Amino acid sequence: MDAKFQYLLRQGDNALILSQQLCQLVGKGPALEEDMALSNVALDLLGQTRMWLTYAGELEGKGRDEDRLAFLRDAHDYRSCLLVEQPNGSYADTLTRQFLFDTWHYFLMDGLTRSSDERIREIAAKSIKEVTYHLRRSGDLVVRLGDGSDKSRAMMQTALDELWMYSGEMFLYDEIDNAMVEQGVAPPVDSIRTQCLDHMAEVFADATLTMPSPEAWMQRGGKQGRHSERLGFILAEMQFLQRAYPGAAW
Amino acid sequence: MTFLAVSVEQVWDWLGEVADPEIPVISVVDLGIVRDVRLEGETCLVTITPTYSGCPAMQVISESVSAALRAHGIEDVRIESRLSPAWTTDWMSAAGKAALKGYGIAPPVQQAIDISGLHSGIRRRAAPDVACPHCGSPHTQLTSEFGSTPCKALYKCLDCREPFDYFKCH
Repeated sequence: MDAKFQYLLRQGDNALILSQQLCQLVGKGPALEEDMALSNVALDLLGQTRMWLTYAGELEGKGRDEDRLAFLRDAHDYRSCLLVEQPNGSYADTLTRQFLFDTWHYFLMDGLTRSSDERIREIAAKSIKEVTYHLRRSGDLVVRLGDGSDKSRAMMQTALDELWMYSGEMFLYDEIDNAMVEQGVAPPVDSIRTQCLDHMAEVFADATLTMPSPEAWMQRGGKQGRHSERLGFILAEMQFLQRAYPGAAW
Repeated sequence: MTFLAVSVEQVWDWLGEVADPEIPVISVVDLGIVRDVRLEGETCLVTITPTYSGCPAMQVISESVSAALRAHGIEDVRIESRLSPAWTTDWMSAAGKAALKGYGIAPPVQQAIDISGLHSGIRRRAAPDVACPHCGSPHTQLTSEFGSTPCKALYKCLDCREPFDYFKCH
């Protein structure tokens, strides 16, 4: 059960940290439409976080609910991948991070709709409808800005080159991922990776961007709890209220 | 053990008067989020399903449903949330769609297809033709993929020039 608990934390933590990062852009988007889109994507991800962490807490059976898991774990207990803790940066950075995440998120959710675990199937079936919309939007914008002005194209290419080393951690399966594949809970890595790379290649070609090599060195460790110092700052802001006023509620 | 002196049909009628908190012209029944009503002894069990997983209105909806049934004399109301099958705009009633249009929100124009496994929804397609809810013109344009809530997109009418919300197929 511990492997599945960890696997559920990974799903919930990815959605939670990216949601928290996007929330920092609310009211600061480069255009009103983007501001609304980012906050709505953040809201979808937060809703998905609740479903994953609630299930994780139930499975663990130690009385930890979604809130305790979100607000009372320190960085080394977080199981999110390194991609989602990368800074918002310029809008090219925010968008590229989103597109890389959305692509993987979409094909993973698609695989999880056929999980051997009924509850995971249900959460994935609910999530994929939202994730489809996220991916369509971020992919469309990657094309618009990549195949845009000289400046926007240059910014997108720089963002892609700098973030690419964080795009492979999701495909580096460890003993937890492998246990989930063996139990039929999670889809095998090969199919997901191929689908993701194919979709990225198609979108980046339309965007006139050069896709870095999938065989390049990839940063790793977030899934196992080894994070950059950035996650500490993200959690410090997100968890402040519950740390300062334990148990505070609406 | 005593039993409630109401029928399931009666409860559905009462729930048909509970408005969605964000779009008050449509009821929670017309929106398709009430999935089941059961009477068990003195308890009325209402099963609801979220629209979008992060929809902040769900808690208000639960409270509104409980309050409405208590107002009709049912003291013991239990609200359960069910995730599967996932909510779709296909469950919205014709009356609900008409009410949305009258309120200035264009209702969903297509059947929501089952997107899982098809991968057809992840590349941009031509935006659906949405008629303006104000003047009826088919000449409209998508201005934003997201609107004031996750369930809506923003359009503008190229004839009467009014902006309007479109309730997305989901």
